[in-house]
Amino acid sequence: MSIRGAAFIAGAFEHPRREIPDRSTYQIHAEVAAGALADAGLSVSDVDGYFCDSSAGFGPLSMVDYLGLHCTHVDSTETGGSSYVVHVGHAAEAIAAGKCRVALITMAGRPRSAATARRPPTEPSPDAVFEGLWGMSGAVTGYALAAQRHMHEFGTTSAQLAEVKVAASLHARHNPNAFLPKAVTVDEVLDSPMISSPLHRQDCCVVTDGGGAVVVVSPEVARQLERTTVKVLGHGETVKHAEAGRLDLTYTGAVVSGPRAFEEAGVTPSDVDYASIYDSFTITVIETLEDLGFCEKGEGGRFVLDGTLVAPAGRLPFNTDGGGLCNNHPSNRGGMTRIVEAVRQLRGEAHPAVQVPDCAIGVVHGTGGSIGTRMGSSTLLLGREDA
Amino acid sequence: MSGALPVPAPAVFPETAPFWEATARGKLLLSRCEDCGAVIWYPRPLCPACGRPRVSWVEASGRGSVYSFTVVHRNAVDGYREAVPYVVAYVELEEGPRVLTNIVGCDPEAVTIGMPVSATFDDTGHGSALFRFRPA
Repeated sequence: MSIRGAAFIAGAFEHPRREIPDRSTYQIHAEVAAGALADAGLSVSDVDGYFCDSSAGFGPLSMVDYLGLHCTHVDSTETGGSSYVVHVGHAAEAIAAGKCRVALITMAGRPRSAATARRPPTEPSPDAVFEGLWGMSGAVTGYALAAQRHMHEFGTTSAQLAEVKVAASLHARHNPNAFLPKAVTVDEVLDSPMISSPLHRQDCCVVTDGGGAVVVVSPEVARQLERTTVKVLGHGETVKHAEAGRLDLTYTGAVVSGPRAFEEAGVTPSDVDYASIYDSFTITVIETLEDLGFCEKGEGGRFVLDGTLVAPAGRLPFNTDGGGLCNNHPSNRGGMTRIVEAVRQLRGEAHPAVQVPDCAIGVVHGTGGSIGTRMGSSTLLLGREDA
Repeated sequence: MSGALPVPAPAVFPETAPFWEATARGKLLLSRCEDCGAVIWYPRPLCPACGRPRVSWVEASGRGSVYSFTVVHRNAVDGYREAVPYVVAYVELEEGPRVLTNIVGCDPEAVTIGMPVSATFDDTGHGSALFRFRPA
């Protein structure tokens, strides 16, 4: 069974705020749910499928109750920041199998204002015992280890990594909600404080409150809606891990999820007009571009030179909202906002300064967990074909 | 003790108790599959290479080389926050596994990929020791 054409994204919404001290995470879930449903022209009573990560309460139960949903299909697959890209694929599968017709996917979090809603487990995961004692500091340490190794094997430079941030910042100038709306230069990235070598502060994504949601519907529902919908063409997912101690830091799970998604969609990287690439750190983008097949392994640093990623004229315009590096990284998870910007591009509703002309094929790639240990990877191909 | 780095005690599970008890005696143990011979990291009582449950302990040489590293300049981890700059690294052991650790006993800026290192053990005070590596 293929999901190609089995489902359409009918609604997408990104919470406009970046610091939200006056709301619970659950209220933000409800606000983005309302936003995405309104965008689709649907209401809560139309929803029969619900998807969320593990931080939304007790699996899907808490928010289904909170939102008053009546569902015939739920899914709380947790793969970190890539969860929502996985959820779109799973929603398309569920719709294709007749399990639901209107799937709501929400995410929210407030790392800027408060500790995340996720409670620490009573017992650490088995891997955490052997990784948590040596001063790994959040995600940045693991990505720094990957960047250092990538530089060693392929000659990638800090200036090349900085090009990723520069492109994102040029896009963020046009986003009135962006957390960091100012364009930066390569030198400014290199002059920013070293956090965990070789990654500087400006190689790192922002920390923001907020959230987002999308609504995935069946072709029959999509045809009844006035709003332009976006076709789900293909999806792939995997977990890349340490292989019993033989972790290779130079590639991501996109080597598995990417080819599967492209094959299902019946397109190749050269067909892609716009790329939403999870950009927790600049190195995340470099390795993902290689693994999705936009360039050879090891060539990512050279690939991003000369404005490759800069919209609208670059060879591969990416993250035209400013991405996680400049716009928004709600709940320390970037997958949802990558989907939302791809939907904007394929509807022709991105900011005019960064709208890709004749944008017909978009790729979304989500990353979760850490490239430095184990990661969830998910790739989604979307098409500008209204139902 | 290695410099100003803290020595947090690990959460010990029944199946990893022999590993941590050995660290207190200055030994680094590895899980090895008796069926397919795979040397497994992190320690676990079944082999992720062949799926069989006959896994025994073998003592590692404690020697290896730096696979990758980062000099941490800012962080939010209790005890480590004040210890910057320090080095987090993956060390590739002679036996194959790449283990997460610290490089101590040298200037952080002197660490390079490929540098030979050997294990050192810092007592946690709870019947275990934290393995770290220093230039060999």
